[in-house]
Amino acid sequence: MRVLPSGSTALLVELPGLDDVLGLYAALQEDRPPGVVDLVPAARTVLVVTDPAVTTLDAVEAAVRRTRPRPGRAAAGDLVELPVAYDGEDLGDVAAHLGVDPGEVVRRHTGTEWTVAFSGFAPGFGYLTPAGGGWDLPRRAAPRTRVPAGSVALAGGFTGVYPRASPGGWQLVGRTDVAVFDLARDPAALLRPGVRVRFTPC
Amino acid sequence: MLTVLAPGPLTTVQDRGRPGRAGIGVGRSGAADRASAALANRLVGNDPGAAVLEVTLGGLAVRADADLLVVTTGARCPGSPVHAAPGPLRAGTTLGLGTPAAGLRTYLAVRGGIAVDPVLGSRSTDVLSGLGPAPLRAGDRLPVGQAAFPPPGVDLAPVPDPPGGEVTVRLLPGPRGDWLTPAAREALGTAAWTVTAESNRVGLRLAGPRLGRAVTAELPSEGLLRGALQVPPSGQPVLFLADAPVTGGYPVAGYVADDDVDRCAQLRPGQTLRLRR
Repeated sequence: MRVLPSGSTALLVELPGLDDVLGLYAALQEDRPPGVVDLVPAARTVLVVTDPAVTTLDAVEAAVRRTRPRPGRAAAGDLVELPVAYDGEDLGDVAAHLGVDPGEVVRRHTGTEWTVAFSGFAPGFGYLTPAGGGWDLPRRAAPRTRVPAGSVALAGGFTGVYPRASPGGWQLVGRTDVAVFDLARDPAALLRPGVRVRFTPC
Repeated sequence: MLTVLAPGPLTTVQDRGRPGRAGIGVGRSGAADRASAALANRLVGNDPGAAVLEVTLGGLAVRADADLLVVTTGARCPGSPVHAAPGPLRAGTTLGLGTPAAGLRTYLAVRGGIAVDPVLGSRSTDVLSGLGPAPLRAGDRLPVGQAAFPPPGVDLAPVPDPPGGEVTVRLLPGPRGDWLTPAAREALGTAAWTVTAESNRVGLRLAGPRLGRAVTAELPSEGLLRGALQVPPSGQPVLFLADAPVTGGYPVAGYVADDDVDRCAQLRPGQTLRLRR
């Protein structure tokens, strides 16, 4: 673990990999050191945001170093099922890239348990990582100016669901009617860090 | 109620934002110059969490539909008789803000707060994510809430106006300072950075010497906050403000001290910013 500076109110904790991030994030989320107002997990880091009126960066660093990461992903959160129509424009390209036929892409995508590692890009956009691997796909060479809401996409070892229409460079394999971000729902985001996801064909 | 007659170039509703939700990709947002917004609320006896109007480069005109107590803070606009000096806006009368001579953002607080419906616990407009109320348009009618405290009975808050010209703020270490060449690290803290016109609530794009990278590997996205100085491949840094994204994929080489970010939010295109270690 390396603790890097991030200005006057935050620390960036750098870890060997995603599993370590998930473990530390889960532990800090469960038992927040006093004065920690936000936690931002990412691929290799957790940003720990503090309220300087309540604590000091030194105290928070000591608390983070004392924290025992939650082991393993099995301890992760709820299981969400997302029905997907696998008719994405890039399904053929993805299949070609993986050296299989499109039906096999669907079988693998639905046969894998995914875990939301972190969020970003847009409210409610989760970066889902597979149990196992084998999903290392490039982004589209030219991003699309508009990807429809509900698009299920792949890039860089992750899968994700676009919460609303937006520009995007990921490979589109399908779409779901489930709203992954809904302000009328509490919690608004379905795909929160730690949530496990199964895609089902529909 | 407050009726918007003209919104100016950009007026949004802002409060202290949505802290604590970055884990689901929701940024903090909130007033870009927090200190000025907080002062405005104090001067009319509002709760610190009350929503105010953030007026960019003046131009806002509003009409009171009942007797109100109001104040403006931040960039001083001609036409505001209530700048840092709370006073009445009588029913049927109009407050029209001209263009400030210096500074960029003016905060208009109404006693009771702007009571539009909150979204995820905040009334702030986040121009990056699109959360919160839309920017104001002519004809909008804004409800006013109940005040938390008696008015403080202050005639005038003696605060300096945002300066034109050169502004110096404190530079603190960021997580990826060592991704810059030693020369670039030095330049970040010594150069005169010009605020460009491609700046908004998300951040200020700064123009100056090109900052070279010592590490050219791709950086997996990582969390950042307002005040972050991110160095994209162009070598021209971006200083993030209130509507910063929750994560970014370019190295953050430094941070402006959190208290000083408010002053950066008052910088206009063409002004010079210096970052001092």
